[in-house]
Amino acid sequence: MARVDVLMPQMGESIAEGTLSKWLKKVGDPIKRDEPLFEISTDKVDAEIPAPVAGVLAEIKVQEGQTVPVQTLVGVLETEAGAALPAPAKPEPPKTAAPPPPTPKAEPSKVAPAPPPADRPPGRPAAQSSGRPADGDGGGVQTAEQRLRTKSTPLVRKIAAEHSVDISRIPGSGYAGRVTKQDILGYIERAPAQTAPRSPLPAPPGGVEHPSVDAWPGDRVEPWSKIRKITADHMVMSKRVSAHVASFFEVDFTRVAQLRGKAKGSYNERGVNLTFLAFIVKACAENLRKHPIVNAAVSGDGTIYRADVNIGIAVALDWGLIVPVIKHADELSLIGIARAINDLGERARTKKLLPDDIQRGTFTITNPGGFGPFAGIPIINQPQVAILGVGAIEKRPKVVTVPPPDGTESIAIRTMGMLTMSYDHRVVDGADADRFLADVKQLLQEFPEGAV
Amino acid sequence: MAEVTFLEALRQGLWEEMERDDRVFILGEDVGLYGGAFKVTEGFTKRFGESRVIDTPISEAAIVGAAAGAAHMGLRPVAEMQFIDFISCAYDMLTNYVATARYRAGLSTPMVVRGPCGGYVRGGPFHSQNPEAAFLHTPGLKIVYPATARDAKGLIKSSIRDEDPVLYLEHKWLYRRIKEQLPEGEEILTPIGQARIAREGKHLSIISYGATLWKSLEAAEQLEKADGVSVEVLDLRTLLPMDDAAIVATVKKTNKVLIVHEDTRTGGIAGEIAARINEQAFEWLDGPIMRVTAHDVPLPYAPTLEDFVLPQTDDIVKAARWLAKY
Repeated sequence: MARVDVLMPQMGESIAEGTLSKWLKKVGDPIKRDEPLFEISTDKVDAEIPAPVAGVLAEIKVQEGQTVPVQTLVGVLETEAGAALPAPAKPEPPKTAAPPPPTPKAEPSKVAPAPPPADRPPGRPAAQSSGRPADGDGGGVQTAEQRLRTKSTPLVRKIAAEHSVDISRIPGSGYAGRVTKQDILGYIERAPAQTAPRSPLPAPPGGVEHPSVDAWPGDRVEPWSKIRKITADHMVMSKRVSAHVASFFEVDFTRVAQLRGKAKGSYNERGVNLTFLAFIVKACAENLRKHPIVNAAVSGDGTIYRADVNIGIAVALDWGLIVPVIKHADELSLIGIARAINDLGERARTKKLLPDDIQRGTFTITNPGGFGPFAGIPIINQPQVAILGVGAIEKRPKVVTVPPPDGTESIAIRTMGMLTMSYDHRVVDGADADRFLADVKQLLQEFPEGAV
Repeated sequence: MAEVTFLEALRQGLWEEMERDDRVFILGEDVGLYGGAFKVTEGFTKRFGESRVIDTPISEAAIVGAAAGAAHMGLRPVAEMQFIDFISCAYDMLTNYVATARYRAGLSTPMVVRGPCGGYVRGGPFHSQNPEAAFLHTPGLKIVYPATARDAKGLIKSSIRDEDPVLYLEHKWLYRRIKEQLPEGEEILTPIGQARIAREGKHLSIISYGATLWKSLEAAEQLEKADGVSVEVLDLRTLLPMDDAAIVATVKKTNKVLIVHEDTRTGGIAGEIAARINEQAFEWLDGPIMRVTAHDVPLPYAPTLEDFVLPQTDDIVKAARWLAKY
């Protein structure tokens, strides 16, 4: 008889709301755990959301087509049968065997406002009462703020802010699952290490103010889309948070071009498009483990060295920019990486990315080279500490030295390209960055044929 | 040490002040020869004479007006309302005249208006009221409302010595129910404007005063035994000026507040206390500020109905139990 709230999930670090595009179950339908329950679409991804537990879909709070903030209650699942009890979250204290805690029904003014909040705090539809269908107040649409209010108190929110604790992670023992003072103090006591340093990583949503500028006659003013706003805020935040420095390395891609030319056909037969980018990802993946400071994040006055090597690839879309992530890139062969790049790019363009596809990156590569720039200086994708930009790869005259015994120098036609890395000088010093880039360059110039 | 009742403690306080300062005098209906409806001033005429214990006509406006004039002229009047319900007859004198005298005319009005208030005694609508809220809204007045014998004595003495007009509300249900050991010979002066922790606790605070302080203490005892909930009880003692520091301190300590008063609910003092907590300690709240009060009706005569309308210990226990689990 437990009732489990189903919430609009957080689809990526900077997503604030999502549209419930389709319910895959009707009220009363049984559902297994992890079976798709509804579909959502956000600015960045579309996804099927699985049921968190097995049970029966008891209530639908958000109708198809509605857009609501993340963490909004969208529906309620009922586990097991016997759904009729008015379920206060805590059991009665032993003494009062008979009436439920919510104060006297017959004494409206003495203790008046108490009874309603008992199982129905303001703003929260009466979910618990027996046999009542979802009642109409507010149509079930709640802002994330309202939702928070129903689950915590000012004191708990204050404690949470002081300790940088995410209240939604704490199991609440109060009415309707509310997180009480005891709950949060116990949580902090049990997990001091985890709770301490998770402070300012993602930008506070809506936290960046962009100054206004007057439009001139004839100008067109277009308000930003969500994804534009998120990108804008994130870029400003990153510039403000990190001490950006950049290093430029010119890389001779002649060998890579030759290997690519040879292998392209067989890759194509296997349905994979082999690009220069795949080689660059591979070279970075191989070297990030050797240079852990580049595969890191800053947290408070400390550095988090990431255990995984997850490389994000910036993909330009007609409607904005998105960075899907190749998980465990260091464990993939060249063809595995090439396939992952193809797959993520395709799904980004068709809005088929899953929420997880754009999370947990540890290093990012952006490849505007196809558009022809010689080089560019990218902005770090927070909370990472480095981002690699790839310039145009093209044939250029290059001074080469003929190997000994000849040793003479001449100008040759080579396939060249610039690699630029912006890094966060708070933790990555120039020597660290350049050693990493030198290793990447060396691997690209001496790419082992057997690895193709 | 001697065990004294609330009423006796009040009587002692008046007596001591009249002994100490011959500017102090008493006026009111039947306060002299009869010794007061509740015998608070019994024996005063014999000791202090008819010029300092004055029987007046049945006119509260006249009593308060005469007291104000005497106070302006340098005396220290203590005016008794036979039942505090009838203070409304002197509302004009108190609010328009007395409370504004210092502001309007620079006149000091050191006077006390005291009288029996409150229910639980089957007194019906004319003999059971709690008028504090009507005067809480009047700048220029002070309001004290003792709950213990010690404070009954300490506050009447402090009120008489205060340079401003003080309403001294004495709950008739406490008159002979409350008994306390008070040291003989000790000068007891309870400062005006200071609340008192009546019971230490850590899970929840009940803020109260007067008769419901005792019901709150009973409730706290039950909750401790039955639920293991540790309840702090704050006795306000002075309602105006209100002791914000003590209120905020208990909120910061327990984070949950239940306000209990015998007066009716709407426009009652609990609302003012809740607003202050909201302004000064919002981030310390771990639950909504709750109230237990009388219903918004005139107090009925019928015993069963009076019991129903007035807040009882059981009501406090229920509300506190709900809040503790919030």
